[in-house]
Amino acid sequence: MPPKMPMKSKGMRGAPKQKAKKGTMKRLLGMLFKQNKGLLIVALICITLSAATSVMSSIFLTEVVTILQEGLALINPTAEQIAQGVIALSPAQSWQAIWPKLLTVFLCMGGVFGLSVFCSFLYHRLMAIITQKFLHQTRTNVFNKMQSLPVRFFDTNRTGDVMSVYTNDIDAMRQLVSQSIPSLCSSIISIITLLVLMVRFSLWLSLVIFAGVVVMFFVTKKVGGGSAKYFMRQQISIGNLEGYVQEIMHGQKVVKVFNHEPNTKAEFDSKNEELCSDATKAHGYANILGPIMNNLGNILFVTVAFIGGVLVALNVPNVTITGVQPLINEQGFASMVAAIMAFLPISKQFTGQINQSSQQLNSIVMGLAGASRVFDLMDEQPETDDGYVTLVRAKIDENGVITETTERTGKWAWKHPHKADGTITYTELKGDIQMFDVDFGYVPDKIVLHNVTLYANPGQKIAFVGATGAGKTTITNLINRFYDIADGKIRYDGININKIKKADLRRSLGIVLQDTNLFTGTVMENIRYGRLDATDEECIEAAKLAYAHDFITRLPDGYNTMLTADGANLSQGQRQLLSIARAAVKDAPVMILDEATSSIDTRTEALVQKGTDRLMEGRTVFVIAHRLSTVQNSNVIMVLDHGNIIERGSHDELVEKRGSYYQLYTGAFELE
Amino acid sequence: MKKAKNKEKIGFFTIIKQLCKSIREYKKPSIATPILVMVEVIFECLIPWIISLLLGVIDYLGSGAVETEMTIKIVEFLSYGKEPNLLLIILQFGAVLIALALLSLLFGVLAGKSCAKASSGFAKNLRKDMFHKIQDFSFSNIDKFSTSSLVTRLTTDVTNVEMAYMMIIRTAIRAPFMLIVALTMAFTINAKMALIFLGTTPILAVGLILIMTKAIPFFHKIFPKYDALNESVEENISGMRVVKSYVREDYEKEKFNKASTNVKDNFTKAEKIVAFNAPLMNFCIYAGLIAIYVVGSTLVINHNNTLFQYTQLNTFMSYSFQILMSLMMLSMIMVMIVMSAASAKRIVEVLNEKSSISSPENAVKEVKDGSIKFENVNFKYLEKAEKYALCDIDLEIKSGETVGIIGSTGSGKTSLVQLIPRLYDVNDGKVCVAGIDVKDYDVTALRDSVAMVLQKNVLFSGTIKDNMRWGNQNASDDEIVKACQLAQADEFIQGFADKYDHYIEQGGVNVSGGQKQRLCIARALLKKPKILILDDSTSAVDTKTDALIRKAFREYIPETTKIIIAQRIASVEDADKILIMDNGTITACGTHEELLKNNEIYKELYYSQNKHADDKEVK
Repeated sequence: MPPKMPMKSKGMRGAPKQKAKKGTMKRLLGMLFKQNKGLLIVALICITLSAATSVMSSIFLTEVVTILQEGLALINPTAEQIAQGVIALSPAQSWQAIWPKLLTVFLCMGGVFGLSVFCSFLYHRLMAIITQKFLHQTRTNVFNKMQSLPVRFFDTNRTGDVMSVYTNDIDAMRQLVSQSIPSLCSSIISIITLLVLMVRFSLWLSLVIFAGVVVMFFVTKKVGGGSAKYFMRQQISIGNLEGYVQEIMHGQKVVKVFNHEPNTKAEFDSKNEELCSDATKAHGYANILGPIMNNLGNILFVTVAFIGGVLVALNVPNVTITGVQPLINEQGFASMVAAIMAFLPISKQFTGQINQSSQQLNSIVMGLAGASRVFDLMDEQPETDDGYVTLVRAKIDENGVITETTERTGKWAWKHPHKADGTITYTELKGDIQMFDVDFGYVPDKIVLHNVTLYANPGQKIAFVGATGAGKTTITNLINRFYDIADGKIRYDGININKIKKADLRRSLGIVLQDTNLFTGTVMENIRYGRLDATDEECIEAAKLAYAHDFITRLPDGYNTMLTADGANLSQGQRQLLSIARAAVKDAPVMILDEATSSIDTRTEALVQKGTDRLMEGRTVFVIAHRLSTVQNSNVIMVLDHGNIIERGSHDELVEKRGSYYQLYTGAFELE
Repeated sequence: MKKAKNKEKIGFFTIIKQLCKSIREYKKPSIATPILVMVEVIFECLIPWIISLLLGVIDYLGSGAVETEMTIKIVEFLSYGKEPNLLLIILQFGAVLIALALLSLLFGVLAGKSCAKASSGFAKNLRKDMFHKIQDFSFSNIDKFSTSSLVTRLTTDVTNVEMAYMMIIRTAIRAPFMLIVALTMAFTINAKMALIFLGTTPILAVGLILIMTKAIPFFHKIFPKYDALNESVEENISGMRVVKSYVREDYEKEKFNKASTNVKDNFTKAEKIVAFNAPLMNFCIYAGLIAIYVVGSTLVINHNNTLFQYTQLNTFMSYSFQILMSLMMLSMIMVMIVMSAASAKRIVEVLNEKSSISSPENAVKEVKDGSIKFENVNFKYLEKAEKYALCDIDLEIKSGETVGIIGSTGSGKTSLVQLIPRLYDVNDGKVCVAGIDVKDYDVTALRDSVAMVLQKNVLFSGTIKDNMRWGNQNASDDEIVKACQLAQADEFIQGFADKYDHYIEQGGVNVSGGQKQRLCIARALLKKPKILILDDSTSAVDTKTDALIRKAFREYIPETTKIIIAQRIASVEDADKILIMDNGTITACGTHEELLKNNEIYKELYYSQNKHADDKEVK
């Protein structure tokens, strides 16, 4: 039995919270088998051999005992034998007589055990390899799958829940694959072998064991089931507690400012108490299963010995599968005693095996529940993409004829194959975006955008203003096709965006999102995320443009400063500057700035704006901002209200109009 | 492993000492468990021995084999001077054995239950101690630990220590005790045979130690990598939109695949070493078994079944198994303890953290008025930081004044106001409230009088009323409505279906930014503070509402000192005094008119924000 490695490093929080679906085991085994056919077969053979040979020790014991009985008979002949003229041998002579036989048995033992040790070595090693390979495959499969999922999936699943697939669920599978399944296989094989052996030695005693097994089965079901139930419940309690702690710690400073510590302590204590009670029950059940099964085994052992003894005392002949044995065997000993001697260790092994499989119950239940959630994620529908128009580098000659090229010309074109006649047309990438009567809802029955129509010409700066939930971000989400429109049409350089391959569409858009997500890595790497082949100089240039260069150079290692955990060592404003630099280095013809400067003070914002304006000269920019100062110099400002564009025009026009924008502008109503 | 232990020796004992403090009311089950386990083990080990006796008796009476004195004595004893009756003797044996098994079961169950109680309780206390400690942290303590690390410490790390504790009080007692009892029993039956164990045991022990010392460094190396892998996944999930926007799916896949492969390779290496465990164990069992058979056979024949009986071969098998099993368990415990040591350390780090701010003895319990005075204050967040966050601050604010603070990001506005409710301690100089150094106040009393609406403000899950009562637990419904009216929040609250019972989701995600800010202001108002600090707390509120809030302040809480940090000039222009901050210093101070006249930065800001004022005038 390999030791259980306490694989509970950070982020692993025990078991999943739901029960496994049916068919999970089958699918899991199928996957396992498909991945490692060869190795798995070898491992299975080794498990079988090692389990079967480990059972052999009992057979050897009976062999040895029989030979010893023979030897003792030579030393102590019965009166009858003496009468027949048999002379009692000295122990040494007797030893000599039986030694060859014993030696054969010992050599056999050596051989069989050697094989067993070898098999056990091989299968443990193989299982280590298989398990790790399987986990790696599962992890990467899940991750790859996750990359293909639509944004909608992440709207409906919390980060923590998706994370727990990687940590808890896959870890639960590890336990299942590396330990529970092999151990179960081994136990089943041992149990079958032992069953055969038991019946071979004594039918009567086998019956006793069967009765015992039935009892053990029910105990396992009851105690093991209780344990599994409370472990699940404990998980929920941990989740509750964790949620509470997370919320409180997130607002820890508020707690302090309001002297609210006693209340939070009390609340925590009650949740903690609940967890403790569930944990006590869960561990209580788990802890007693071992001793109960163990001692049931002992009682069974005693019962077998006892019944065996009674059978001997009552002179009941031993019955085996081969028939009824005589009361006294050839060596002059009660054949029943020999049978008991052989039978007892077998029964011990037998109950031991059952005990061992019962101990796996918990990890099997949890492993399957984990696997079930992993499969759920794998079965999610990936983002569909029927686009066939692709983005290619282009060369444009003086006549305006576009040809495809691999050179870096700085020009791009949409490659549009026409299925009907097999021709290909090229359209220059300009960044012209038009929306016609677009309707959209995140859920089908709740439309959040109504009849949105807008034209954005290259070189224009289009701004969206409006209250939270008015649909500003939604519009940009439609342009990059995070979501698909319900009705209407969106054209990009005259092409219906549904025809454009999503990857190419997004490649042509530079987006600075509301949430600045930076990645673990250096500042330079984070900027380069925008364009992987950008040189250091280009990255620095972009940083200067985004007005980030200043603070970056003041960081301990400048551009090589490592950012950890979403840039936790930077201020929100600095993070925003970095994400603008990241978008700037991408150098896309269309840029979307969604509250990109909301945490930057107005003076710095003006500087950043100057930079981005220079960058975006002749290109299309969409700006969403809370602060009206951010959008003032836009060509067109759209005022959104409940998914409708209620006003549009330049700043001056709108102020002139004295409508909603004017009211917003003069602070007559609130922007939220 | 020894080396590592020596290195951490001092720390190790502090850790143990600190952790033990959390056992408290669970001392009883913690002590009872090992005792119960020992009793269980004794009964468990008696069973094979008695069975061997029984087998001897059966053999003797059933087939008349030559027997030892012991067997004969037992038979005589159990026959009560009558003719030996095998059935009767077996019956008695059976009764004793079943009784033993039942006792062993009873004690096993008791031990298991009490162990669960002790370890769960210990874990509970650890969590409790940590959480309470964290609640007592000062701001600078909080800054030191990240939220996620604290959460991990409270959950995963405690679970690890809990498991280790369970192992220690149960298995760590059981294993060596079993080893000793089994060895003793083996020696009483036959010393010569028992010597075999002394041969196989060291092989196993050395083998196990070898495996562990080889494997543990691997695991130590992998865990951080594994954590990093998971962290990168988390990062990826939360940054999914960025990944998609930049079409970096393949890049991310490749990155993940590389990291995962790395983890896999290292894990495989480590697990391959660990895979030696089972065969080693098997080898020792089998080698011991053959040796027992060989030596046992010679003993049986040479001494004509008197010194050692062949029926005892069985017993020896049981003991050899028990002995090796307990060694195996010991090795598992070792691993477990090594693995959980890191977790224990992380827990103790929190428990040992001293709150940098606490109330002095004979603390002043009452704040008389809202006057504030800064005298030559220097302040930096970290002792080792080179730059001061605040430098040479001298400032006097009279009770009831309204003070505006303007300055760019990082200029020290927030740092300045945080010193007033003593969220941080100054490095030099002093801060006085109502003429008394803030360090002389009872912290709770001080903070009850100084209400602060933080820049990064948070509402908690619960109804609006629940949230409001943070300000004053005993606030009546009327008081709450009043405060909300002052903060201009009542109007939108009335718009909710449940009004003041409207449920706020975690983090206040179901109210808008402006609404959240107004609720936070109302919450602070309920404290009826002497000093009210608004740290950029109306940024999402429209100018009109902003003005209404300030008007309400003037009219309803005139005696309260108000400090307003803002980006918008409009929010501060009617203040009694406006401070301009830059780079940790106060660069200018005056009224709106004065500053507009004398201060370039202020002027520039004002005109950039108030272009429309000119526009309006022009039109």
